[in-house]
Amino acid sequence: MAANPMTQFEVYRIGPEIKIGAFDISFTNASLFMVVSSLAILIIFNLGSKKNSLLPSKMQLLAELSYTFVSKMISDTAGLKAKPYFSFIFSLFMFVLFCNMFGMIPYTFTVTSHIIVTFVLAAFIFIGVTVIGFLKHGFGYLKLFVPSGVPVVLLPLIVIIEIISYLSRPISLSVRLFANMMAGHTMMKVFGGFVISLGVVGGWLPLSFSVALTGLEILVAFLQAYVFAILTCIYLNDALNLHH
Amino acid sequence: MIKKIFFQLIFFNLFFFREVFAAESGGMPQLNPEFWISQIFWLTLTFGILYIVLSKLILPKISSNLELRKSQIQDNIEAADKQRESSETKLKEYENIVLKSKLEAKNILGEAKENALKEINAKKDTLDKQIDEEIKKAEQEISVLKKSAPDKINKIAKETVSEILKKLIGAEINNSSISAIVDDMSKKNGDKYYDN
Repeated sequence: MAANPMTQFEVYRIGPEIKIGAFDISFTNASLFMVVSSLAILIIFNLGSKKNSLLPSKMQLLAELSYTFVSKMISDTAGLKAKPYFSFIFSLFMFVLFCNMFGMIPYTFTVTSHIIVTFVLAAFIFIGVTVIGFLKHGFGYLKLFVPSGVPVVLLPLIVIIEIISYLSRPISLSVRLFANMMAGHTMMKVFGGFVISLGVVGGWLPLSFSVALTGLEILVAFLQAYVFAILTCIYLNDALNLHH
Repeated sequence: MIKKIFFQLIFFNLFFFREVFAAESGGMPQLNPEFWISQIFWLTLTFGILYIVLSKLILPKISSNLELRKSQIQDNIEAADKQRESSETKLKEYENIVLKSKLEAKNILGEAKENALKEINAKKDTLDKQIDEEIKKAEQEISVLKKSAPDKINKIAKETVSEILKKLIGAEINNSSISAIVDDMSKKNGDKYYDN
């Protein structure tokens, strides 16, 4: 009968066990899809930047459209000061997008459906943004927690709320991506299980749901990568241009 | 009937699934820390390599490609503008030339007309003079002829009269008497015959 919809998220070792000290860093199916996604990005963008013709080829057009898309996203949300971080946000967006999209192929593994992966990315962004903020503004960066135009009576409460919201950024950022990917894939698996168990008689309804969900999930895969990147831009904007 | 079976199937399956979940609820594999270190390691490795290669090799190339294309297109547009301007000035020059040549052609035509008219007038004048002279000559000749005509006619008349009389009468009559009569006649009626 239908398998547990959560088995698709199980990580298993591919090849021998590799250990450094007490740490197990074996090559797993998750590692495989990280490598595949990175390689796919590198191959596509390498092909897209090899030749420069006045009339771009399809690959070149793809690479250049992605480039202008991300650069416009950054300049719209974080301004011109964020230009040095373009490469990082571009890599981040492409990595998350490709991991999400590779997860949409049946029998593959979705790297971003694991909280540890998204949390490491989000924590890195959080720490990086905080470091950039303190480097740019010194202790003035703490003004971020004191919004202007707030009555003095409310100020202690507001500052506490601001600090909590700031500290919960990595959690919200990582859980948003992880939960979206996990929920979508679980739901597709459940509907796929219904198709099998209801058979020819009743399987058509869940099948049609499954088809619709696939389209929705592809949209979500893109959207979550976009949200992840744009939130990074917004956090970066807070660190670079202190508005409060 | 089929509907009933359908709904029963859905119901039983839902029931069955709940049982499956209950049986296999080992929680989420995501929360199993067995491979966390491995995932962190491989994420850092792959994402690090991806970031380094993209930022050092690929993205600068794409951005330079884009800038090159931009400047190339800009250059092409500028060149096209220049060529259009030059073609416009050339068109103006050409129009000026055409205008000038039209004027020249008009002038030449006018001059030619004037010259032709002058020549025609001159020739006309000379021809008129010649004609006048010839007319005068002819008139003189006519007047000479007119003057001499009565005498000749008188002579002819005298001779014919003498001849006729000779044939009628058979005797010669004195010429002087005939000439006297003829002269007399011509003097009387000469005005009737000659418009002198």
